[in-house]
Amino acid sequence: MLELYLLLGFMIVGAIIALEAKDMVSSVIAVGAVGLGTSIAFLILKAPDLAITQLTVEILMLIILIRATLRRDLPFSTSGRWLLNTVITVLFLGVFLAVAYFAIKDLPRFGSPIMRVAKIYIAEGLKSTGATNLVSSVILDFRAYDTLGEATVLFTAAIGVIAVMRRIGRKTEDEKVKADDE
Amino acid sequence: MIYFLCMVLFAIGLYGVLRKRNLVKIILGLVIIEYATHLLFILIGYRMNGRAPILAEGEVIANIVDPLPQALVLTAIVISLGVTALVVSLAIRIYDRYRTFDITKIRRLRG
Amino acid sequence: MSKGPKEAGMTLIVKTITRLTVGLILLYGIYIVTHGHLTPGGGFAGGVIIALSFIHLTLAFGKEVALKKLSKEGTSILDSLGALIFLAIAILGFTGGYFFLNFINKGVPFRLLSAGIIPLCNIAIALKVGAGLFAIFMGLVFLKILDKDKK
Repeated sequence: MLELYLLLGFMIVGAIIALEAKDMVSSVIAVGAVGLGTSIAFLILKAPDLAITQLTVEILMLIILIRATLRRDLPFSTSGRWLLNTVITVLFLGVFLAVAYFAIKDLPRFGSPIMRVAKIYIAEGLKSTGATNLVSSVILDFRAYDTLGEATVLFTAAIGVIAVMRRIGRKTEDEKVKADDE
Repeated sequence: MIYFLCMVLFAIGLYGVLRKRNLVKIILGLVIIEYATHLLFILIGYRMNGRAPILAEGEVIANIVDPLPQALVLTAIVISLGVTALVVSLAIRIYDRYRTFDITKIRRLRG
Repeated sequence: MSKGPKEAGMTLIVKTITRLTVGLILLYGIYIVTHGHLTPGGGFAGGVIIALSFIHLTLAFGKEVALKKLSKEGTSILDSLGALIFLAIAILGFTGGYFFLNFINKGVPFRLLSAGIIPLCNIAIALKVGAGLFAIFMGLVFLKILDKDKK
């Protein structure tokens, strides 16, 4: 499992660079590197469906994030109680990591999952659904309610984006942008 | 141990959300938190020397990794994309209104 | 990214390569969707790839060309159609007993036409995800053009 440790180290370094870089476009690209590292990690962990989905979603997310940061400045101000805030945040994160260290001892050991539910899916998946991709049979047959809820959430997100970004019906401040935009 | 590295990644994202002042950096922290959560689910479902949950013809596969967390994360990835798009659109709106991404200045300009 | 309404689109090289590859990307997305019950992939990944092919067209040629291929009304119709197909399949399960019953004949495994409702559900999910993400992208892109008009 050495490659997994290397990949996680790469992702941690990428995340730190993404948060600390001065330039916004380079920090967005560093987040893209973290996402592609996640995709490779899914591939190592034997989840090819997730690898494909994560790869394509990552590309789309990069386009959206670059669209948000393009030609906008990065205000860099260190006024106020910089030291105090940092100390409090680091203390909180230390407490969080300590709790997490004791909490993950209750998880099943790495490499030996419990699989109480999944045993039924694996045993009867092919017979009762006919699909050879077990993930597909889980999300569309055994647990199709999840997919229905996911479609609802995605629909709500699309409506939310369009409702936030449209100009029709907003208050005036720029009248000249007229109705053809929405 | 590898769970703990995943938690470190989560903590870095949490640091970005708590400490940064730039709205885009806060969004990037949220995205990193999402990645860490997805990765933790898949790490819990992994079985040592396992095989992908895809059956092959004329072959009995014994050692399959857990397909249930994969199915849950598959929907969560697409939902995270929708959530990120919604947050980005809100950030762009705030930039149009106040001409800045700095959250302290936004608070000062309120009213 | 289009350079305003006058000279829409990128350079000639980008346009030529886009013209050659965008069909292949769309075809690959359709393959991922229709083989979702046999190989890795499925409705989510295939839907995102289909949306990315139209986004590719938008980035290279500008929004007018992309909207000619898939208009705003077309996007909303496809989005609603995906949701309606999915719900109709779910409700048709009541003919045999309960919600989301796999009521079609399972067929022979490892063939393309097998697994009952799962390929149909994959197609519905792909329509839903692809049209929804394309709508989100267009909503985010239109405002950028407006910003430039304002300046």
